[in-house]
Amino acid sequence: MEKNELVAWENKCIQEESPECTSACPLHVNAKLFLKEIQKGDWDAAYKVLNKTMPFPGILGRICDHPCEERCKRGPVGGPIAIGALERLCVERYTGKKRVQLLPRKDHRIAVLGAGLAGVTAAWDLLKKGFIVSVFEPGDRLGGSLWDLPEQLLPREVIIEELSILETMMADIRLGIKLDKVLFEQLCEEYEAVILDRDSLRGIDLSLKLDNDGLIATSPATGATGRDGVFAGGGTRFRGGFSPVMETLEGRKPALSIERLMQKVGLEFGRENEGPCTTRLFTSLEGIDPLPRVVAADSVKGFTEQEALLEAKRCIQCECMECVKKCLYLERYKGYPKKYAREIFNNERILLGAARHYNVFVNSCSTCGLCETVCPNDFYMGDLCLEARRTMVDQKFMPPSLHEFALQDMAHSNGELFSLCRHEPGKTESAWLFFPSCQLCGTTPGEVVSSYRYLRDRLSGGVGILLHCCGAPAFWAGREDLFKEALDDIRAAWAEMGKPRIITACSTCLNIFQEHVPEMKPVSLWDIILQVGIPDSACAHGITGNTVGVVDPCVTRHNPVDQKGIRRILKALGIQIEELPLSGEMPECCGYGGLMYNANPALARDVVARRTTASDNDYLAYCAMCRDNFASAGKRVSHLIEHLFPAVTGGDPAARSWTSWSERRANRGRVKEMILRDLGEREEAQAEEYEKLKLTISPDVMKRIDARRILQEDIRKVIFHGETSGKKMRSRQNGSYLAYLQPGNVTFWVEYSPEGDGFTVLNAYCHRMNIVGIMQ
Amino acid sequence: MNFSQEATVWSCSSCGGELSLIKVGFTYMKGNFEVDLPACSACGLVLVPESLALGKMAEAERILEDK
Repeated sequence: MEKNELVAWENKCIQEESPECTSACPLHVNAKLFLKEIQKGDWDAAYKVLNKTMPFPGILGRICDHPCEERCKRGPVGGPIAIGALERLCVERYTGKKRVQLLPRKDHRIAVLGAGLAGVTAAWDLLKKGFIVSVFEPGDRLGGSLWDLPEQLLPREVIIEELSILETMMADIRLGIKLDKVLFEQLCEEYEAVILDRDSLRGIDLSLKLDNDGLIATSPATGATGRDGVFAGGGTRFRGGFSPVMETLEGRKPALSIERLMQKVGLEFGRENEGPCTTRLFTSLEGIDPLPRVVAADSVKGFTEQEALLEAKRCIQCECMECVKKCLYLERYKGYPKKYAREIFNNERILLGAARHYNVFVNSCSTCGLCETVCPNDFYMGDLCLEARRTMVDQKFMPPSLHEFALQDMAHSNGELFSLCRHEPGKTESAWLFFPSCQLCGTTPGEVVSSYRYLRDRLSGGVGILLHCCGAPAFWAGREDLFKEALDDIRAAWAEMGKPRIITACSTCLNIFQEHVPEMKPVSLWDIILQVGIPDSACAHGITGNTVGVVDPCVTRHNPVDQKGIRRILKALGIQIEELPLSGEMPECCGYGGLMYNANPALARDVVARRTTASDNDYLAYCAMCRDNFASAGKRVSHLIEHLFPAVTGGDPAARSWTSWSERRANRGRVKEMILRDLGEREEAQAEEYEKLKLTISPDVMKRIDARRILQEDIRKVIFHGETSGKKMRSRQNGSYLAYLQPGNVTFWVEYSPEGDGFTVLNAYCHRMNIVGIMQ
Repeated sequence: MNFSQEATVWSCSSCGGELSLIKVGFTYMKGNFEVDLPACSACGLVLVPESLALGKMAEAERILEDK
């Protein structure tokens, strides 16, 4: 990922955008954090939040006209949070030290003329930044029109105390000074820059251009007056009414301009969001209890601490997190897409020898796209992760264990044990080419063969068959080479068959073909069935209460036509449908997609387990892996094909158990064998000696070893090796044997005992570390 | 980790000898390790117990893969 790509990704995620309150505030006070501290009862921390952004928090905290409240998201659900009143209480009860952190002293001397709120704010900001500041005020005290505010709102001693902070900040304050053109010219000579407080200077002629209100005209973005080094701000009371917080901004703006002037950087650059601005942050109000605003029992004194706490607790702490709320994967890594994009970027730049902690993260995304659907800004983690995986492969730091098993499974499907391409028996042409998918063949071999017979009966022009994997595992693993190879093989077979129309029974295959080989014009089996008629064999057997929760595969998210088609078929079969919360455009993956199950099996198990709780009804899937994964999690689930082309009528397909990886491979072989038999061909397979071993494996052991991705083929190899070489260990406890073998990258260990003419498998485990042997 | 318990449970089927704790070498992704494991010094057979394969060894594999 290049830096500019990172910036684009980061910009897409809006979680770190400012909440409405902060964006509405001319000073961008972090009101969300302020309220969070009060929620915790930490008033000192709350004060610190104000103090970080506000000049003279004791004053502004009491008099702020809180435009934040108007845009508070709580508004429609109980009324906006009383941020103004809470600020007031916070500064009233603060008795700690009033500290202002000053930056190292700089040589630049700045003059501030007029000490109204804008003037003292400018002085405060410049002093904080280390400038040498002189304040010239005609009156005998600082504060200007602050003194006109009601005593009850702003006690006099507070004005005195707060403004005296300027002295501790080493301001050079000169009171009783006559502000006129002579002084102005003199200061322009003596100081590097001058700020004019328009609130105090209205009516004094300084030979500067005036606006319609009789105030010194300025650039709204910078406060520049048009005369070099002279800036002005303030005077809101002459323009629609005194707004303390806008008046403060009026002082802050020219101060920032002067800082930029002294640093010799552009005055205007990047200041669009200064002052009140809009925000892209989205916050859902779904499920928010409409709590009414707390009313102070004593309206004169305002909130008690107890009341304030209750009021602060109404703050919903605005944030987006829409995707994280829906996706277990995004939730588990305790961040959100913007943060993840940064981590992935950094992960690609780890120095040699240091650990890349985000490898598993990058490879755990199922790429299902639910995040994109729920994101107000369409952030798709799948694209980000797939691109990162391709980079990992390119730069050779993809951990080999993360995808090896899945890629071997794909290689099996594309090898001689499954791969096949033939015209319909007795025909030499194909108008159609059935591509049932490797995983569907792996779980329902008999039904697949029946569906092929059905297609041959109902469609004319010849229906050929292509047994192959569509290459999705390689695509997900970031293996562009293997993906291209798979698609090239398919494209070549399709061309060889005369470019027939492809019919597939798998949503993932359909999706891959539509995206990558659109010229094949793929169509789903379900679509064909709707066109040419429900098969005579179809029956709604074994469904509890005759109602199913339809599990839409994640890849059908943008395919409402197929989703509706499935429902039409179910209705035609007389099956009642329950729409699950994550259906239609909202499905989550079953854990197979993106190879999540391979890179992060524990997460994949949790994703499925959570999804099984959505309904007590039986589930009906139309993706082979959805069916198998739900079944593996103990959910009653059947596949549509088991109702359309049942092996037996009146059965209970939802009671069928999970399918092991070994069974999947055996089932694929069975499909090929049955199709060849229909064609009158026979596979002359040469069985290896080890393949003849008879194994007995209890269901418990089977489940355990399958989760460890150990195939029966591996087990046979190990036992065969142990038995033929004699290299095995014997247990003194129960007489069982333990043997090991490394046929590829993995070393397999099998504990077994001979039984009759075969072997009972007691346990199996594996590791990738290579055994060198006994060290001398 | 001490695997002396495993050493007493299993014996070498090839020579009938006892297993004893011996330094066994492993290698993975440019990393080399030595662990005291039950092994038959005569036949060279070594025993990687399940707890080691699924525990510390899997952890080390993951760390090396992330390097």
